[in-house]
Amino acid sequence: MRIDFTHTQSAHCECGVTANLINHAVTAGEPKLSEALAFGLGQGIFFGYLPFIKVNELPLTTFRCPVGKIFKSVTRALGIRVKWQKFASVPKAMDALDRELEKGHPVGCRTGGYWLPYFPPALRFHFNMHNIVVIGKEGGNYIISDPVFPDVVECPAKDLALARFAKGALAPKGSMYRITGVPDKIDLKPALLTGLKGAAKSMVKTPVPFLGTRGIRFLGKCVERWPQKFGDEKAVLLLGQLIRMQEEIGTGGGGFRFMYSAFLQQAAGILDDPRLATMAEQMTASGDQWRRFAVKAARHCKGRATPDDSVSAMREVLNTCADIETRTFKEILSIAG
Amino acid sequence: MKLKDVPQDPGILDDYGREVCYAVDQNGNYSLAQSIGWDPKNVANKQAWQVIEKKINKARDDIRDGKLSPIGFYMACHQMDIKLLAQYMGLYCWQVRRHLKPAVFKKLKPGVLEKYAALFNVSVDELKTLPDKPVPPQK
Repeated sequence: MRIDFTHTQSAHCECGVTANLINHAVTAGEPKLSEALAFGLGQGIFFGYLPFIKVNELPLTTFRCPVGKIFKSVTRALGIRVKWQKFASVPKAMDALDRELEKGHPVGCRTGGYWLPYFPPALRFHFNMHNIVVIGKEGGNYIISDPVFPDVVECPAKDLALARFAKGALAPKGSMYRITGVPDKIDLKPALLTGLKGAAKSMVKTPVPFLGTRGIRFLGKCVERWPQKFGDEKAVLLLGQLIRMQEEIGTGGGGFRFMYSAFLQQAAGILDDPRLATMAEQMTASGDQWRRFAVKAARHCKGRATPDDSVSAMREVLNTCADIETRTFKEILSIAG
Repeated sequence: MKLKDVPQDPGILDDYGREVCYAVDQNGNYSLAQSIGWDPKNVANKQAWQVIEKKINKARDDIRDGKLSPIGFYMACHQMDIKLLAQYMGLYCWQVRRHLKPAVFKKLKPGVLEKYAALFNVSVDELKTLPDKPVPPQK
């Protein structure tokens, strides 16, 4: 049995799942939600450098909001009703999934990445922030629309059960969610304003120095000190981890900055506000700086750093990012405010 | 990023498809582009795997020196630490730490060994030996 579900490949798992699920639920006449729109409406853009939280013994850096927030914010802003479930036991979780599928509902699931056999071997790490849509079951295999992959994939039931109950930080505990109802008319405009305002606030109005644009400056300060504080060997590992957080985990490039620019461009069209198009250009510039930073960091990892790639030069690049983003989000706040 | 600058450096993804990138065309409008990978990303990914390999080799040496039970090797192959392994096994950390001692491992009950073997996807006999190559997550 397989539900007729339009699978659209996207850069980021949660945004892709959100957009695909909503597009499946709304009536055919409504405009389609793109991944970038889902990202913007979900207030996905963020920055945080949290050296006191360790991932594989290395500090956590995040370029996006906590997992689950995008789906929650988008559905709330658009007035879409959602059912969330969490489970204590594996058989119960799989039974509940089967029952929903039999009723013809595509189901979003949060999983770990390590146990999914269709993942490229090089990306099989323990991270529990992956989202997929289960759209059918044939024999012992589940049919999965994983938005990061070009096509629909299959996964044995045993592996999906393991992935849904992956352990470790932010364990998914079998979380699954589905859309139960959509309003007759979806009005994007107020939702866009809420989304813009919420994201801008979290970027420029944070009370702590390690989140938002202040966090970017804080990261720059730390990067400059790494070689002295930890020695070159560890500093290189820290830089490598930073590149992976920025680029590897389906960010669409430049730590989600390009995706957000795409959102701002679409928002400018929908709200008919050319100022937002200018903001999009600025965010693109910031994304380009982030990419420059990654190139410099990678040269350190390869042991081919030139004087141009010194830690203080990297701090400069990060400060430029912080400058651009502070200016942009303050303006967005005044536009959407 | 401009569409013509979307990197195509093969590495991580291999034959597993392409990933989506956001880039602007000549008019500054965003569109989606397919990319097979980017050099800095590949470098960082390779580095992460080197760290894992180092841990596996260290575990192998420790087992040969009689300082660690084979569970340590499988634990390293599956990128787990004691805390994560304990969560998967439903044990306390101190219990797993004990099982990592060769002397304790020898006296482990078959039921516990089977549970470890099932998690690591090997047979109990395999669990007691030290393979030459790191084991993949699944066969």
